[in-house]
Amino acid sequence: MDIYRAHVLVCGGTGCSSSGSATLIDRFNEKLAEHGLEKEVKVVRTGCFGLCEAGPVVIVYPDGTFYSRVKPENVDEIVTEHLLKGRKVEHLVYVDHATREQDAEKTLDSITFYKQQHRVALRNCGVIDPENIDEYLAMDGYRALEKALTTMTREEVIDEILKSGLRGRGGGGFPTGLKWKFTYQSQADQKYVACNADEGDPGAFMDRSILEGDPHAIIEAMAIAGYAIGASQGYIYVRAEYPIAVKRLSIAIDQAREYGLLGKNIFETGFDFDLNIRLGAGAFVCGEETALMHSIEGKRGEPTPRPPFPAVKGLFAKPTMLNNVETYANVAQIILNGADWFASMGTEKSKGTKVFALGGKINNTGLVEIPMGTPLRSIIYDIGGGCPNGKKFKAVQTGGPSGGCLPESLLDTPVDYDNLIAAGSMMGSGGMIVMDEDNCMVDIARFYLDFIVDESCGKCAPCRIGTKRMLEILNRIVEGKGEEGDIEKLEELAETIKATALCGLGNTAPNPVLSTLRFFRDEYEAHIKEHRCPAHHCKALLQYVIDPAKCRGCTACARVCPAEAITGTVKNPHVIDPKKCLKCGSCMEKCRFGAISRQ
Amino acid sequence: MSEMDQKYAELRQIIEAHKDWPGALMPVLQAAQELFGCVPEDVQKIIAEGLGVTLSEVYGVATFYAQFSLRPKGKYIISVCLGTACYVKGSQSVLDKLSEELKCSVGSTTDDGLFTLQATRCLGACGLAPVMTINQDVYGRMTPDQVPGILAKYRE
Repeated sequence: MDIYRAHVLVCGGTGCSSSGSATLIDRFNEKLAEHGLEKEVKVVRTGCFGLCEAGPVVIVYPDGTFYSRVKPENVDEIVTEHLLKGRKVEHLVYVDHATREQDAEKTLDSITFYKQQHRVALRNCGVIDPENIDEYLAMDGYRALEKALTTMTREEVIDEILKSGLRGRGGGGFPTGLKWKFTYQSQADQKYVACNADEGDPGAFMDRSILEGDPHAIIEAMAIAGYAIGASQGYIYVRAEYPIAVKRLSIAIDQAREYGLLGKNIFETGFDFDLNIRLGAGAFVCGEETALMHSIEGKRGEPTPRPPFPAVKGLFAKPTMLNNVETYANVAQIILNGADWFASMGTEKSKGTKVFALGGKINNTGLVEIPMGTPLRSIIYDIGGGCPNGKKFKAVQTGGPSGGCLPESLLDTPVDYDNLIAAGSMMGSGGMIVMDEDNCMVDIARFYLDFIVDESCGKCAPCRIGTKRMLEILNRIVEGKGEEGDIEKLEELAETIKATALCGLGNTAPNPVLSTLRFFRDEYEAHIKEHRCPAHHCKALLQYVIDPAKCRGCTACARVCPAEAITGTVKNPHVIDPKKCLKCGSCMEKCRFGAISRQ
Repeated sequence: MSEMDQKYAELRQIIEAHKDWPGALMPVLQAAQELFGCVPEDVQKIIAEGLGVTLSEVYGVATFYAQFSLRPKGKYIISVCLGTACYVKGSQSVLDKLSEELKCSVGSTTDDGLFTLQATRCLGACGLAPVMTINQDVYGRMTPDQVPGILAKYRE
């Protein structure tokens, strides 16, 4: 193996790739060759570092210098200064959001964003090259599979998972070990393991980052699961919209086959196991387990009633065990370090850690992994750095279209399955979207229902018709045409849909409406009774107004207005004609004096 | 052999290669969508015959999933992310602006066949919100006023 004196780690996750990290890698290789350093310094494209806000991210080892928002034109400087002369490029070093320090000596672990995190599922993301199996092997990769196959019985493996307290990370929180046990107990000539990588929650990208950053961890865990329940074949169902994840997963499967870690007679124990990838085709309902299996079978992804549960009759009518990506990402660590180690993290009923995709109105957008039980407040403020531009926090949404919005008063809720449900939301797969004072909660509820109406498969009437009726009412409310009794109608519809829909998608679809009604009822009432949107967001209910005291009469607003709704003479205050105004907001963006506001 | 005949021949090869897979219909439809840019009735018929399933079953699957389209799409496919993170940061106004500039509604193709405008679910690039993609190009931290300039690049 070649030895290098320095490594340049460039994030190749989706966020950083979108902002041009592939160009950075090419440029680094070019510049290193120019200076004859290609045998001394190695450039590695890793998975997601988590701090997407600061992307593209580059880390130089052995120093551990953390450079952020690196542009192609900065590469030359990093090569000639840092890698050639050993002088760190101070002005590119990441500025810590909490301390405002730009300290080149600071390594990843001491940066505020990472300090409170505990990385189990994400341990290799941003550390290894996901396209190189040797790097995974060097991080104890496939040792858990070896341990399970050569020293443990199938029952012992299942017991270990049961004892660890691991619960399904896809959102429901069903005890993983029980699922394994039930499928193990089913008698059949063929069983399957499957991985749900059809991450569809809007605003969630945890599973994607794990697949992109550490694909072998999923392969290893699925092989362990196959051994435990007695399956020789596995399927990974992954969204077609995740091309980088699909590519890295395919490379990883090929490499594992080549090394004999998939295929026949693994570790010479007589255990056979192989994996295939199946691509989703853009249907949110396929995240539901029965729908997902129908999709793998090549059918319409419509759910079917349970029982029979997949553990008895699943894929191709055989017993099937389906787990989510993040659930699998914990398995090898549990086998290696033991159930007690895993159970030492988290709360009484929710063990281990949880990955969240922090997004929306927050300073540090990115992926965070925290021990269960961490309060929402410390995720949002200590790790996330709070709302940008000095705006006031309004709500945090967890659980995607199945979850709810929690207000400021509940920020001290410790994050685990049971506490979030008690608070009126749910864990979900891990999207965590922060909203500030400018977001209208009625509109957010409308947004989620719009999503559900679009994604409802149409099989059962409560979901197909009920959510559509709810959306119509919400559309009316945000357009200022709400009526007395609308809130009660929403509540009645919501309860009926919850009680009668066929699958999880429909059962939970009313949650965003119910939770916003619970915590932000005054906003609904303001829309309906006073025809007013307190957040000044809903177009039909707001007016753009020029403050004559602040307006300098520069005419910039009048020139940009597409409807010629603004009149006034140079150096005199301008006026907006509300009848002509299209409420596009162009004037407000253009005004340099802050004279235009929404009311 | 005409270009179309060549594609049909290629489709038959794809069908042949997948025939014995369990659940072959989805991967075959995905390959056909890639090959033809859409899965019109004649393509569905060939798939139905090749895999030994009914045309109604193929049609049922093709119309269920958002990835398959029965009509051809534009040369450039503009996708605006309407995931939650992008939505709370104003991606709807970007989508509205595009719809206005292109004079085409969301989910349809411009008359000249150049652009298809669509809203998409989370792209997983929430750090760059609001995000839009045009084919493989990604545009992050979008504002409505950037729209005309970006479209101009593709019209050239």
